[in-house]
This record gives sequence, C-alpha cells and structure tokens, in this order.
Amino acid sequence: MSEPVLSVENLSLRYRVPGGAIAALRNVSIAVRQGEVLGIAGESGCGKSTLAAAMIDLVGTNAEVTSGVVRLNGRDILALSPVDRRRLRGREIAMVFQDPMTAFSPVLTVGAQLVDFQFNLDGLAGREKWRRARDMLARVGLSDPDHAMGRFPHELSGGMRQRAAIAAALLMRPSVLIADEPTTALDVTMEAQIVHLLRQLQADYRCAIVIVTHHLGVIAELCDRVAVMYAGEVVEEAPVDALFHDPRHPYTRALLACDPARIEAATGRLPAIGGRLPDLSSPPTGCSFADRCGIATDRCRAAPPPRVGLGPDRNALCHEVAP
Amino acid sequence: MLRYAVKRVALAIVILFTVMLAMYAMVFLVPGDPAALALGPRATPELKALLRERMGLDEPVLMQVWHFFHNAATGDLGYDVWSKRPVLDQILEFFPNTLVLGVTALGWAVVLGIALGCAAVVWRGTVTDRLLGILSVGLISVPAFVVAIYAILIFAVWLRWLPAIGAGTPGDIGSQLRALVLPAFALGIGWVGYLARLVRASLLEVMGENYIRTARAFGLPERKVVFRYALRVAIIPTIALLAVGLGSILSSAVFVETVFGRPGIGTLITGAVQKRNYPVVMGTVLFMTAFYLFIVTAADLLIARLDPRVRDVFRQ
Ligand SMILES: Nc1ncnc2c1ncn2[C@@H]1O[C@H](COP(=O)(O)OP(=O)(O)OP(=O)(O)O)[C@@H](O)[C@H]1O
Ligand SMILES: [Mg+2]
Repeated sequence: MSEPVLSVENLSLRYRVPGGAIAALRNVSIAVRQGEVLGIAGESGCGKSTLAAAMIDLVGTNAEVTSGVVRLNGRDILALSPVDRRRLRGREIAMVFQDPMTAFSPVLTVGAQLVDFQFNLDGLAGREKWRRARDMLARVGLSDPDHAMGRFPHELSGGMRQRAAIAAALLMRPSVLIADEPTTALDVTMEAQIVHLLRQLQADYRCAIVIVTHHLGVIAELCDRVAVMYAGEVVEEAPVDALFHDPRHPYTRALLACDPARIEAATGRLPAIGGRLPDLSSPPTGCSFADRCGIATDRCRAAPPPRVGLGPDRNALCHEVAP
Repeated sequence: MLRYAVKRVALAIVILFTVMLAMYAMVFLVPGDPAALALGPRATPELKALLRERMGLDEPVLMQVWHFFHNAATGDLGYDVWSKRPVLDQILEFFPNTLVLGVTALGWAVVLGIALGCAAVVWRGTVTDRLLGILSVGLISVPAFVVAIYAILIFAVWLRWLPAIGAGTPGDIGSQLRALVLPAFALGIGWVGYLARLVRASLLEVMGENYIRTARAFGLPERKVVFRYALRVAIIPTIALLAVGLGSILSSAVFVETVFGRPGIGTLITGAVQKRNYPVVMGTVLFMTAFYLFIVTAADLLIARLDPRVRDVFRQ
C-alpha cells in the first residue's frame, strides 16, 4: 500500500459565528494515495466543502482549526509559514470550484488568468506560460484554444468555463487535484462530458483527485474510494464497489436509498431521509445520526459511536455495525 | 466597443441639446423682460430697446433659438451685455483656474481615499478600520467652506506658510502652486471620506467573490489578489462616482473660490447672475454642461474598457 499524498488526521474545525461556533468538522481522518480518486459524499451542510477547503488551506477568515494535521507529501501544511503554504497551492495542490460562472475574474481574459495562475511555477517565461495554457485548453477539449485564450469568461459557455477551470488546475501538474462539486452547476450532458474528461485526465496525469459531490452517479463513475460525511464526521469509508453493494452505516443506506438515479425508475418518486441535520453549534453527545436512524438504541443516544474497522480501507462510525 | 462609444457620444449630444432648449425656454418662461430686469426699474425705454437688440430679443423666437444653436455649435456663445467681450473668452479665461483647482482637489482625494479604503480592507475589523470609518464620516460631514476658513486661519494667518487669497501671480508657477494648496485641500477633503468609504465597501464586496478565492487557490500573492483581481473590479463604481464628482466639485468650487477670492467659473457665474447678465449665465452653464457630459461619457467609455460585460450588455 503506497504512502498517501494527502492526508487529514483527526482534523476538527469550527466557524466562529455571532454567539458561538459551528463545529463543521469533527475528528475527520481521511487519506488519498497517488493516482487514486477519492469521493466525498453527504447531504448539504455536512461539511464537504469545508473539508475540501481545509485540504488546500483555503478556509474562510472565521474558521479555526482546533486540532489535527493536514499532510501534503509528508509535510504538515498547517505548521508551515503563510508564504510557504501559499506556494504549495498552485504547485502541489490545485482546486476546481463548483461554479464555473464565477470562478474566473470577469474583467480579465481567460488567457491572462491562466498565465497568472502559473505564478508559482518558477523559471517559466510569460510566453511559455501562455503556450502551456493554450495547449492545456486544447487538451481539455476546447475546440479553438487560441480564440478561447483571448475571450472573457462570460463569453464562454458554462461547460467551456469548467473545462478551462480544470485546465487551470492541471497546468500546475499538482500531485492532488481537489474538485468541489465540479459538475453541479452543469446540465446532465455537460456533467457526463466533464466526468469523462476527469477520468481521462486522471489516467494521463496520475494525480490524486478528491472530488466532492452529492451526486452518487458521479461517484460510481469516477471514484476508487468514498468517504460519506454526516454532520461534520466521516461516518463511513469504503471502496466504491463495496459501498454501493454493501453499505454498512445506516446513514449510507439511507443516502443510497435516496439517490434518484437508483430508485426513481422503480417507484417513480423521490424518498427523503426524515428529520434534519443536528445543530452543529452544539453537537449531540451520542451518535449524530441517532435521531434519524431506524435502528438507534439508547446506547446510540448516550455514547459517541466507535470507529469499527470492516476490512481493508473500510470502516464505519457506528455502534450497531458488526465487524 | 466602437458601437458602444458612438451610442454614448450620441446620447451626450442629445442631452446637451435638451439642456440648451430647456435653458432657452427658461429665459422666456421667467416673467418679465430680461432687458428690463437687467437694467433695473429706472431704465429709459431707449436703453431697454438697445439692450434688447443687443441680446437678440427682438427677433422671432424660432430665429433666436436657431441662432443660439447655430452660434453655440460654432463656438460662439454671444457677448457679455456689459463689457461686450465674447462670453467664450471670459469662460476660457476663468475655466482653467477652476479646472486646475477641481482636478487637484479630486486628484489628491482619489489617491488618499483609495489608499485609506484599501487600508481599511487590509485591516478590516480592527481598531484601524473603525478609526478610519469615524474619520471618513467626519470628513464627509464637514462643509468645504468651514474647512476653508479654518485652513486660512491656521496656515495663512497664524503660520503664514501659504497665501490666504488669490490665484497667485500669473506666470509665476511657484506662487500659483502655493495659492492652490489651501483651496484644493478645502475642496478635496470631503471627497477623501467619500472615496475611502466607497472603495472599502466595493473592495469588501469583491473580496468575497469566488474568483478571489480562485486566485488564492492558485497561490497568487496577496498584493496580486488585491490589486489585480479585486481592485480592478472594485474601482469601477469609483470611476463612475469620480465623473459625477468632478461635476459636483466644479459647482461646489463656487464656495471655495468665494472664500479664497480666487478668480474662476464660480466667481464668473455668481457675478453674472447678480447682474442678470444672461448671455454669460447661459454661456457658462452651457459650457459647464458640455464639459460635464464630456467627462461622464469619457468615464463610461473607460468603464466599458475595464469591464467587458458592460459593452456586451449594450451590444445586445
Ligand atoms: N464561512 C462560514 N461561516 C460560518 N459557517 C459556515 C461557513 N461556511 C460553512 N459554514 C457552515 O458549516 C457547515 C458545513 O458547511 P459546508 O459548506 O462545508 O457544507 P457542504 O457539505 O459543502 O454543503 P453543500 O452541499 O450545501 O455545499 C454548514 O452548517 C454551514 O452552514
Ligand atoms: Mg459545498
């Protein structure tokens, strides 16, 4: 088993808000190895974007890491100086954001921005950066890259912009690419194309990819391993086939049961998990999912659940699963 | 871009014509005979007739309007009723003084205002930010002529560093510059506050945008993020305000010019209004309107250059 390129160990993070704090991540441990695609799934508000942002050290100013480390190629990035952290970004790790509409500055051409983004690649002349950017646009499937380089972002379609954003990230030849909902803002056809593109690029460049999505279809298509998050915790981690064929955590089961792609055809309507996320400003002492869980017992409400190992690369945070 | 420019210029010309027409109508709608009003109650009928003729008031109205437009278009704004000098000559004599004052005042206010706005954002939420906020509001609320009077008192009367009145000796740049300092200070200081607030607000808004996060995600240094990615967008409302600002600063120059006894458009127009010198009033207003439209149009074109979305909206 190779060393992870990026790992998060016991990371806890909270957002300071007026009158308290929101525990957005609680003791999260997750790792991604070279060439691996890790999916992060979970319903809205469970902390997926926060985890992705923490991996690239881009959490907002009101965020506070209360414990844990983030290790990139062996180094604890939270212990580095701000300048060193900044230089890691766009060199060893790069990110693609959800909304391609707003990910680029509206007043600079796509080409100018792609050149800017190569800031941390030392020893390249401006002309060389321009050529690399142009070639990468061609690589991600823009039919007329020279034309696209001179366009402003709003002059490109959403799909083209998302391709440009992926091109920007790949220009860095990062060892890890983080994609926070890269297809959510796109229509279904476009989504399929982008997923296809990511898979192709991943095969070519062998970078590790962490992809955040609430679309289980994207996970099934793309990922090797999945982490399911709930209320700021990773509740189940498993290889993708195992997760889909044999979900173990009650929340994962509920989530799979909810996926429209899986059940719409069968029953014609969308089920939903009853209840809501617990209040993250005062997380419950027991299992966070207990209130919505069909098999919860008194023990679940009283004591925090253990992390139960379920085989290689597989574990769940639950009182009721058997190893 | 070219089509946008043509449309903006055409719009400016239409506005200018409307203003001219409105001004002409005003002269006719105001009750009483302008010549009689100008000469006062004891004027003889002969004198009034002479003045009416000189002002062109005895022609048919449509002819007058036509002449007015035609002359204005060829740069002839008529003659001063009293001194018989061409109005345009007087404007061209006084306007540079006012323009230099306005541009200097706005210039230093822009530099300082943008700097303070950026400082407030860099140290947002700290004591510095709050002090800058209080300072800005203070500067905005003090009227320019109060600042002017205190400035004269302190720097001219007590310290004797700078002249209290006048525009300096013609031909002597040094003395003209020294005469410019206090009026430009008094006129610009309120704008420092405005601009600092505006820049702070628009910069803060822009700093929350996704593309700022993108720039950070690629490890761009903060100065590049702020100056190339944030300020470039945040400056757009400032440019729009500056155009309006130059117009309003030129009109509020009246107070400052009066306090400092500085010859300029302000003194020209107040004098003309007092003497009911219609050609001078109309010529000056027209000139200032044209100048103002020129500035606003230029600013719009500049914004369109900076923000490609603006010109595309116009294109559709
Ligand atoms: N800057 C912030 N300040 C305060 N609270 C925040 C901030 N960002 C996120 N949160 C809160 O932290 C929790 C996790 O948010 P996060 O954006 O990570 O969820 P998510 O899983 O990405 O959700 P979604 O699917 O809607 O994108 C939520 O309760 C959210 O309201
Ligand atoms: Mg999110």
